[in-house]
Amino acid sequence: MRLSPRTWTLIILAVLIALAPVTFPSAFYFRIGALIFVNGLAVIGLVILFGYAGQISLGHAGFAGIGAYSAALMPMHLGLHPALALFAGAVLSGGLAFLIGRPILRLKGHYLAVATLGFGILVFIVLNNEAQLTGGPDGMAVEDLGLRAVSDALGLGLRTAEVWYWFMGLVLLLGAFLALNLHTSPTGRSLRSLHNSEVAARTLGVDVVRYKLTAFVISAVYASLAGSLQALLNGFVTPDVAGFLHSIEWVTMAVLGGAATVLGAVFGATILTALPQALTVFQEYEHLLLGLIIMLVMIFLPAGLLPSLGKTLRQGESI
Amino acid sequence: MYEFLQFVSSGMTVGAVYALVALGFTLIYNASDVVNFAQGEFVMLGGMTTVFLYDAGTPLWLAAVLAVMITATVGVLLNKLAVEPARGASVVSLIIITIGASIFLRGVAQIVFDKQIHRFPAFTGEDPITVAGAAILPQSLWVLMGGAAIFGVLYLFFTRSVIGKAVLATANNRLAAKLVGINTTAMMTLSFGLSAAVGALAGVLATPITLTSYDVGGGLALKGFAAAMLGSMGVPAGALVGGLLLGLIEAMTAGYISSDYKDAAAFIVILTVLFVMPRGLFGRAVAERV
Amino acid sequence: MRLKSTLAVSALAMMAANPAAAEIRLGAVLSVTGPASFLGDPELKTLEMLVEEVNAQGGINGEEVVLIHYDDGGDANRARTFATRLVEDDEVAAVIGGSTTGVTMAVAPVFEANEIPFISLAGAVVIINPLNPWVFKTPHTDRMACESIFTDLTARGLSSIGMISGQGGFGTSMREQCIDVAGEYGIEIVADETYGPRDSDMTPQLTSIAATDGVEAVVNAGFGQGPAIVTRNFAQLGIDLPLYQSHGVASDAFIELAGDAAEGVRLPGTALLVADLLAEDDPQHAVVTAYRAAYEDRFEEPVSTFGGYAHDAFWIMAQAIESAGSTDGAAVRDAIEATTGWVGVTGEFNMSPDDHMGLDLSAFRMLEIVDGGWSIID
Repeated sequence: MRLSPRTWTLIILAVLIALAPVTFPSAFYFRIGALIFVNGLAVIGLVILFGYAGQISLGHAGFAGIGAYSAALMPMHLGLHPALALFAGAVLSGGLAFLIGRPILRLKGHYLAVATLGFGILVFIVLNNEAQLTGGPDGMAVEDLGLRAVSDALGLGLRTAEVWYWFMGLVLLLGAFLALNLHTSPTGRSLRSLHNSEVAARTLGVDVVRYKLTAFVISAVYASLAGSLQALLNGFVTPDVAGFLHSIEWVTMAVLGGAATVLGAVFGATILTALPQALTVFQEYEHLLLGLIIMLVMIFLPAGLLPSLGKTLRQGESI
Repeated sequence: MYEFLQFVSSGMTVGAVYALVALGFTLIYNASDVVNFAQGEFVMLGGMTTVFLYDAGTPLWLAAVLAVMITATVGVLLNKLAVEPARGASVVSLIIITIGASIFLRGVAQIVFDKQIHRFPAFTGEDPITVAGAAILPQSLWVLMGGAAIFGVLYLFFTRSVIGKAVLATANNRLAAKLVGINTTAMMTLSFGLSAAVGALAGVLATPITLTSYDVGGGLALKGFAAAMLGSMGVPAGALVGGLLLGLIEAMTAGYISSDYKDAAAFIVILTVLFVMPRGLFGRAVAERV
Repeated sequence: MRLKSTLAVSALAMMAANPAAAEIRLGAVLSVTGPASFLGDPELKTLEMLVEEVNAQGGINGEEVVLIHYDDGGDANRARTFATRLVEDDEVAAVIGGSTTGVTMAVAPVFEANEIPFISLAGAVVIINPLNPWVFKTPHTDRMACESIFTDLTARGLSSIGMISGQGGFGTSMREQCIDVAGEYGIEIVADETYGPRDSDMTPQLTSIAATDGVEAVVNAGFGQGPAIVTRNFAQLGIDLPLYQSHGVASDAFIELAGDAAEGVRLPGTALLVADLLAEDDPQHAVVTAYRAAYEDRFEEPVSTFGGYAHDAFWIMAQAIESAGSTDGAAVRDAIEATTGWVGVTGEFNMSPDDHMGLDLSAFRMLEIVDGGWSIID
């Protein structure tokens, strides 16, 4: 029996998540792992938008900001459990994406880029300025999600960082599973037909506007969940979560890993989350090297790391 | 009334800098379809190099000329070493390359220069000129006049000179330009050099007012990109109008409405314009390539 | 207490790749780049300089101090990761850092959970109130800066002011504190404007403030290039009112950037800026002169208040480790709390289990810029 590429992707991811901790010398590595999964989740969302539907966004951190501050504010002011706040934030982000998606997605290429960028910056400005509510640039504390308590009640005997690692690993797998299902579904096929040629897709009777909007809303929900989870993981949040640099970071992860695949998304998130940690030994040369590495990868592997490596290894199709 | 004039002079000065950054975006975009997010770094290099040469005893005018030349060389190198080798890569990959380049250039600047804030003296004194109650710095006039001169010279270059027309031809249709014997690769290099020089000049003109440091580039690139898109990417007149408009919106919002939300106002205007005119203020209805 | 010679200790430290018994691992998370690099850069330089100095004198309790520092770029999420790394991977005994309040609040729980003494270099009062048993700070609070300015305003018979603040953490926090405390001093804030961290022209905001009825003085909360531009714009517009800056600009670099426009500007600063004006018998004279000379000699740039915070944090930590006789977290924490009457460049510190800052208003001196230099108003 042959396994589908979708099943392979999930198996590879699950095995990597399960086996990686064997090499972890300290709890710090579990934190890095959890952060990789948070970023991976957001980048999978971007893959649905870029890779499937061919639409660019430089403002998805805006949705992360909405998710993060939902997780921070709703438990405080509405008495919601953080887990519920996380979903409420996702609904809020998805709803907002639905509202602004229609006019924004009429734009193409760089115009779409600047419009999404503008949206992200507007979210950042509001979070930064409404200090009475959000604590302003100094940020605010976030209630505990209670994962450790659940783990202890189950008698798992895990440390907090480990609990988060396994929890985020599961969330990432779930996110990857949904994205892969979407990829092979009729919706996914329609989305990918947009990527190749909008005009051709329209001629074939694909409702271009609706499918673009679908991809935009789904990616916004992924980004929102990633934002909420990052806030809950840290127990603290500042407006930087919605910042322009955060959006750029995610886009770079998506493109660096290979913007068209789920595995590439996780790979890109892994590289760009772990690389700065490795580069700290170079002290003030850190930024110079980071920039240099990004440039070199894109010059020599323009399709992104994973597809290029995959091509060399298998001389064949990508996942 | 003097308040209104004061806001206009502030908005024009800031806007002129945005316009020059937007012009830099446009020059490179026309020649290569690349949106160069390292554009702000050119402004930083222009200002910082001038500061350090001036502090080392070089006369200000010579320091400025050298800074523009050095930055132009950096622009050419950026094209030769990073953009040309990636020919054929997707537009997004090229954007990521320029983002990498901006991180790299900032990283180099923090080592070669330092992380302090710097300035050099204004060209012709610091005493403000009073016009109908509004106080305007002589250096503001330098920025405005300098900006106008740069736009004027480039206009003449593109419409009168053979090389300029060759650059425009490359921008319109690279294949056709190649077929009529234009060296499109050289035109691309020229555009990067020119764009870097324009950025550096903006840095030289503005630093006495705005001050400079190794990390001013990021914010300028953001505003310059927004201005270029507002006025339609690839249209020099659009860069001019987009930049000035952005500066004026910021100044008017800060003066009359709320300084907290002046940046927000700028982006709300951009979003509104794009919703109504999806290709920006000066966008032509171009048939999409299929 | 080990009685090995320093030489042997250093040699051992060089040979051993793992944290050897004979070294004190001091961690630092600082915003060396990014929007707060104006703070983090001099802080890191100061720590590196002082660690070398201590090691040259034989370390603390005969043990070499090893500084492990990370640059968070001003981002709280990244800072939190580095805090975890310092605790879990580098196994540091104590931590100095958190250049901004946001970063400090994000990392503090990590050190608290692992019972590691932590001295923050950020301003806001929330860092020490409510009290966290493991968290200390050396800068005075923003509130104290406001109080100091308002005291001076009252002395000049002024009561109605306009504020212009940066939108970064420093400016926002100080603005809120000033608004909060204004009533106690009978000060009324009649105009309230802000500017972005990268803005290059504040004339619209200042024009509005100047046009507001009854403004008698202007207070600018912020650091970096913003206040220098505000000061220049203030002079450009010919606004004939007293201008107050915050301790955020207390550095000779400010006078250089603002030029002639800085004449007459007042700000609450520390003794660091006026080292040469202090009387020989001033308790701060020796420490301030020594730090200033060492820093400016080595880095060829003017000292700033922020480097001074790191200076004081380092020595308070070093003395606490020395008097605790070990790097045991609780012992060091207790020793920090027992710091009394210690004179640093920021002021005289009197810590206690209830006060994890230990400074009072006397730490501030109201300074005025006269003829391109500082002078003390009293």
